[in-house]
Amino acid sequence: MNLLDSAGPLSGLKVIEFTDEIAPWAGKLLAEMGADVVRIEPIEGSKTRWYEPFLDDTPDPEQSLFFWHYNVRKRSVALDIETKTGRDLFIRLVADADILIEDQAPGKMAELGIAYDTLSQENDSLVHAAITPFGQSGPRATEPATDLTLLAGSGPAWSCGYDDHELPPIRGGGGQGYHTASHWAVISILTAIIAKEQIGRGQFIDINASAASNVSTEAASYTWLVAQETVQRQTGRHAGVRPSSPTQVQAADGRWINSGVPARQGKDFQKTYDWLVDEGLVEQFPEAPLLQLGGEREGFLNLGAISSGEDEEGAAIFAAGRAAMVLLIKSLPAYEYFTKAQERGFQCGIIYSPEEVVQDPHFAARGFPLDIEHPELGRSFTYPGVPYKFLGSPCEIKTRPPFLGEHTRDIMVSLEYSEDEIQMCIDNKYVHSP
Amino acid sequence: MTKALSNLRICDFTGQLAGAGATRHLAAFGAEVIRIEDPVNEGRWDILRGNAPFVDERRGIDLGGAFNNHNVEKKAITLNLRTDTGKQLLTELIGKSDVVSENFSAGVMDRLGFGYEDLARIKEDIIYVSNSGFGASGPYKPFKTWGPIVQAVSGLTFSSGLPDQPSAGWGYSYMDHTGGYYMCIAILAAIIHRRKTGNGQWVDLACTEAAATLTGPAILDWSANGRPMRRDGQPHSNRNNWPRMAPHGIYRTDATDTWFALACRDDEEWMKLRAVIDEPALYDVKFDQLEGRILHQDDLDSYIEAWTQQRQQQDLYQLLLAQGIPCSPVRTPEQRVDQDPNTEAWGLWPSVEHSLMGKVRVDGLPVHLSETDWHLENGAGCLGEHNEEVFGEILGYSSQQISSFKAEGVI
Repeated sequence: MNLLDSAGPLSGLKVIEFTDEIAPWAGKLLAEMGADVVRIEPIEGSKTRWYEPFLDDTPDPEQSLFFWHYNVRKRSVALDIETKTGRDLFIRLVADADILIEDQAPGKMAELGIAYDTLSQENDSLVHAAITPFGQSGPRATEPATDLTLLAGSGPAWSCGYDDHELPPIRGGGGQGYHTASHWAVISILTAIIAKEQIGRGQFIDINASAASNVSTEAASYTWLVAQETVQRQTGRHAGVRPSSPTQVQAADGRWINSGVPARQGKDFQKTYDWLVDEGLVEQFPEAPLLQLGGEREGFLNLGAISSGEDEEGAAIFAAGRAAMVLLIKSLPAYEYFTKAQERGFQCGIIYSPEEVVQDPHFAARGFPLDIEHPELGRSFTYPGVPYKFLGSPCEIKTRPPFLGEHTRDIMVSLEYSEDEIQMCIDNKYVHSP
Repeated sequence: MTKALSNLRICDFTGQLAGAGATRHLAAFGAEVIRIEDPVNEGRWDILRGNAPFVDERRGIDLGGAFNNHNVEKKAITLNLRTDTGKQLLTELIGKSDVVSENFSAGVMDRLGFGYEDLARIKEDIIYVSNSGFGASGPYKPFKTWGPIVQAVSGLTFSSGLPDQPSAGWGYSYMDHTGGYYMCIAILAAIIHRRKTGNGQWVDLACTEAAATLTGPAILDWSANGRPMRRDGQPHSNRNNWPRMAPHGIYRTDATDTWFALACRDDEEWMKLRAVIDEPALYDVKFDQLEGRILHQDDLDSYIEAWTQQRQQQDLYQLLLAQGIPCSPVRTPEQRVDQDPNTEAWGLWPSVEHSLMGKVRVDGLPVHLSETDWHLENGAGCLGEHNEEVFGEILGYSSQQISSFKAEGVI
């Protein structure tokens, strides 16, 4: 693979990633910005190589689409960390690295003889980032966890679900508890890299996945912290202390729109009226004169005066604005509503499924979907791209995820292992090289 | 303790959570974040500034609890950019800053006369990070968003819910938090790049794209296998497809709207759970292995819920933890903020001192750095609270000059 195909902002940084399932996303984010990320896998491969979905639904460690997504542009070294030779190789790799990312259970690194104290003796500029469900210490440090239990216990699930509380709270999909932990890993790693200039050395970072979700729940946390009030879940919109009006409306083609914040400004009511006229819907909307009345109002409606009953006309205008939007959504296909509404200055969104995003013309125009070639399969596949355009140091990703141990040999050569030593390591299954 | 980022000065136009969240973390690590607000509308572009929650019965532009949470440790100055003097002062401040950050709709900074080209003329190696819903190019560039819209268009809303129901989505702006994290990452990465090369740059962050990276395996399943997530029976996000686990869900307990999550990662954990539940029907051979449990998951879940709904949330938690089975109460804010020994031991909810609100608890940071940890002590600035300090100490104006800026409506 050609690491020179990217001059992303982090090119030149060397990262060793010794992860199981919580933190591969942290390594991916560094890799896509140009860092050289080497993933250390066990001889038999990361267990995430056995996670669904598989290419052609054929279970195979080289065909896990889950593994692919999290490992684009990384290199793979397979070694047996339980052996002295494997551990020595690991220590030599880390000695030459800027960053170590690991998500081993608390105490596991010490048990393996590769704790920060040991590693930093060889390399005192090492930034060692340890991601665990509940932190390295603390009363719950050894509790087992999955993405589901983290999101249930740390806030997100309480706020997600339906107006009908007979239905359970919902854990949002996609592994977002692990993602949030990984985002915090990257923020703190980059902070520690910058801090090296001040303190002249690296450091150890303790990243707590449960805490990461706890501080990523917006109003649920600060409404309790500030006012000791509790938000309640609602369908497709913010959980609130008090109920709010629905925002998801089904369009003419059966797909759904998030209608956003309803019109509140005088000019928005006039624009809504004009839109009904343009669609030929004004005859079907008896409240249309209220929109015209709203159009004559200066500035924003006072929602306080509306809810207290002081402004009855305002309340009728506000309700007519909402009803007109619902009529427009029900009368138009979802995509047409979304683009027409936004073009008229109304904030709203179409509810896309993940695969529909990469087929949308806007994201295609920005070059967001990435086609990455897998030459051995003679095919290329669409991956989500990089969300930030570093205009002075573009991130280019062309390299498919690695085969198990694909780079073991090259990397051992670069560490000046002899051919004989390498072959001995392979024969004894201290390392794996395909 | 040494502050990791004390050499950095950020000229910060961010607001709400998607932007203010990003520079919050820089401030927590010691960067000097100078937040610029419009004196004419009292900084109301940030709708959180004077809004609930409140600590007491007082109301006002400086008393918003969410605003305080997102703007701890930042300095607050005002600048009227409609005036020539205001523009001049901003130009001087940019000349002494490392980063300019903003999350306006795309194109606003250009209209103010401070687009990237202008910024780079003022300071050649400036880092400019813009965070908008759809980015600074493409057909939707002018489209407006906030968190729920980003989540809708990116596939995240769709990915959260039950079959035969509309999307449950996210009951908060997950993507305002996460967009802020990406923005923070972009700023830090650009600083590292500048230290290496001496070059500044513009980073154009599109929040919807950040969100769309978070559903990758679903996109690949479509690309490689032609299988869309929009199909019958999907999504069912309390279950787990990748990797497959069963049982895996959120179940009712004996009390109203009180729920419990559990997951069995393998057959061994399932055997342990089955022994605890002790329901003969669960010993049916069809439940022995993962394939069978997936195939009969509705059946499986109804047996499990019949058991959980006769028990208290805390009893379930202790019972299954003793078996090493991943599980958790669906915690309320009170349970996780005030009753979780782990968040307390971590110091996750520190108190800051706000000039008017007094001591207020805020979100801490979920990381601890051994040598340069974060530090939160001061609440958000009141409108223009740091005008004297910034225009005096950083730009070198006298108190008299600063008073006349005030009198002229510049600050």
